[in-house]
Amino acid sequence: MIQLQGITKFYAGSAGRVEALSGIDLKIDPGEIFGIIGRSGAGKSTLIRCINLLERPSEGHVLVAGRDLTVLDAAALRAARHEIGMIFQHFNLLSSRTVFDNVALPLELIGMTRSAIEERVTPLLDLVGLGDHRGRYPAQLSGGQKQRVGIARALASQPKVLLCDEATSALDPETTRSILALLRDINRRLGLTVVVITHEMQVIKDLCDRVAVLDGGRIIEQGDVFSVFTQPQMALTQTLIRDVIGHETPPGLLERLSQPHLADGAALRRLFFSGQSTDAPLISELSRRFSVDINILHGQIDEIRGRPFGSLLVLAKGEAAQLEAAWAWLAERDVRVEVAHVQ
Amino acid sequence: MSSELLSLFWDSFVETLIMVGIAGGIATAVGIPLGLILSITAPGNVLERPLLNRTLGLVVNAVRSTPFIILMVAIIPLTRLITGTSIGTAAAVVPLAIAAIPFVGRLIEGALREVDAGLVEAAQAMGATPLQVVRKVLVPEALPGIINGLTIMLVNLIGFSAMAGAVGGGGLGDLGIRYGYQRFMPEVMAMVVLILIVVVQLVQTFGDVVASRVDHR
Repeated sequence: MIQLQGITKFYAGSAGRVEALSGIDLKIDPGEIFGIIGRSGAGKSTLIRCINLLERPSEGHVLVAGRDLTVLDAAALRAARHEIGMIFQHFNLLSSRTVFDNVALPLELIGMTRSAIEERVTPLLDLVGLGDHRGRYPAQLSGGQKQRVGIARALASQPKVLLCDEATSALDPETTRSILALLRDINRRLGLTVVVITHEMQVIKDLCDRVAVLDGGRIIEQGDVFSVFTQPQMALTQTLIRDVIGHETPPGLLERLSQPHLADGAALRRLFFSGQSTDAPLISELSRRFSVDINILHGQIDEIRGRPFGSLLVLAKGEAAQLEAAWAWLAERDVRVEVAHVQ
Repeated sequence: MSSELLSLFWDSFVETLIMVGIAGGIATAVGIPLGLILSITAPGNVLERPLLNRTLGLVVNAVRSTPFIILMVAIIPLTRLITGTSIGTAAAVVPLAIAAIPFVGRLIEGALREVDAGLVEAAQAMGATPLQVVRKVLVPEALPGIINGLTIMLVNLIGFSAMAGAVGGGGLGDLGIRYGYQRFMPEVMAMVVLILIVVVQLVQTFGDVVASRVDHR
């Protein structure tokens, strides 16, 4: 649905050429929710603005629905933009217009009649749960409600693609969840292709099918969200994921573990679960079967798109041979076992 | 107060009203488009035209830096061309309007600059033409500021119209100078000031009410 080919964007700065994006190649499939994550200054905003040419790339091509936007003239580009909806971090609603008239704006631009607009906008307001607020002004709405208006407005022209520019970054966690649920719902119901940029890994985890990690204007890693979360390759990705999933051992625990008597005769292991392994009572079965004592020190199990994953830090005591057998038994059940080191 | 003086007050009041009303109307009609052009042709805006923008800016600044009393006599040939005379109320309208146009232009430009660039970007992302951005986004969003600007302009024009006596334009300010100052009638001067205070107060209040009526921020 969206293809970015060799996108490079540079600005003329005082200290020479500043490159915001360098050679970005990306392919986003129809109907998927694609996330782009990076820290501030990584070039995320520039990248998403290149998709609808709010920023014109210095080099490269942008194909949306098979059409190269970079070669279109102004009028054709405006027409193409009707097929690309966009929502913003600060909503960008017109304060002078009511909820209804804000959603109607893109339809007014294409010269739709008032009755046709009414027919289109009313169900959209119901879809985003704002049917009762149509006559209100943005200033009378909460942040979450404003973003819902933004979403309805973006959908008004029945686009094929929805671009979300830090759409939840100005919202509290609970409102963020409800907006993400709405986006997911819209994606399923309308088969819309959604591109999300964010600095929050939580958003990627809750919403996206695939993710690309942007750093210094380059894509350093990409893949489906589950595998990026369970097997992050790059250090930055690991750092970003650590914010969401507590792989980090608490410092107090580390200190206690470093005392020799505790680890004496015991094996410290980190167990990584992914896929179906978390549904079985593995730990208690392991304990009975191999007569080892398992002390769970720290851990977290989460799920992505209904697939559970996570890790446990355990201290196991038992006969050496039995322990070895126990680890082998776990490995057969898709649990990755690593020796945990304590400094 | 004699009835003669009273009718003098009335006539002067009407003259002020005519001068401010007509000059204000012209300044609004020309100043708003001028402000729009100044705003949208500025670098980074929807119809970026740096050369036009800089040229217009220079002209606006030149008119605004000319003291009104000098402007009034300097453009007498133009005034005569337009009104057929260089003295009287009608003749005073021309310099008043010419002084007010660039003033309004700058005020409108300022009001439009206050509109969040994100709104323009959102409209462009929807496929709005530059004209649609102006009509659907910039003007409606800047409307409270535009009305405030027009109010300031009217109040300023009331002040400037006092100088219209220099070209025989009449008006309340002229009455105050000729009778109050030159004929030693301080009560006339005080009365003129009092009336002007009330008029300015009314204009300002009306402007504020209208501005808050259209302001949904």
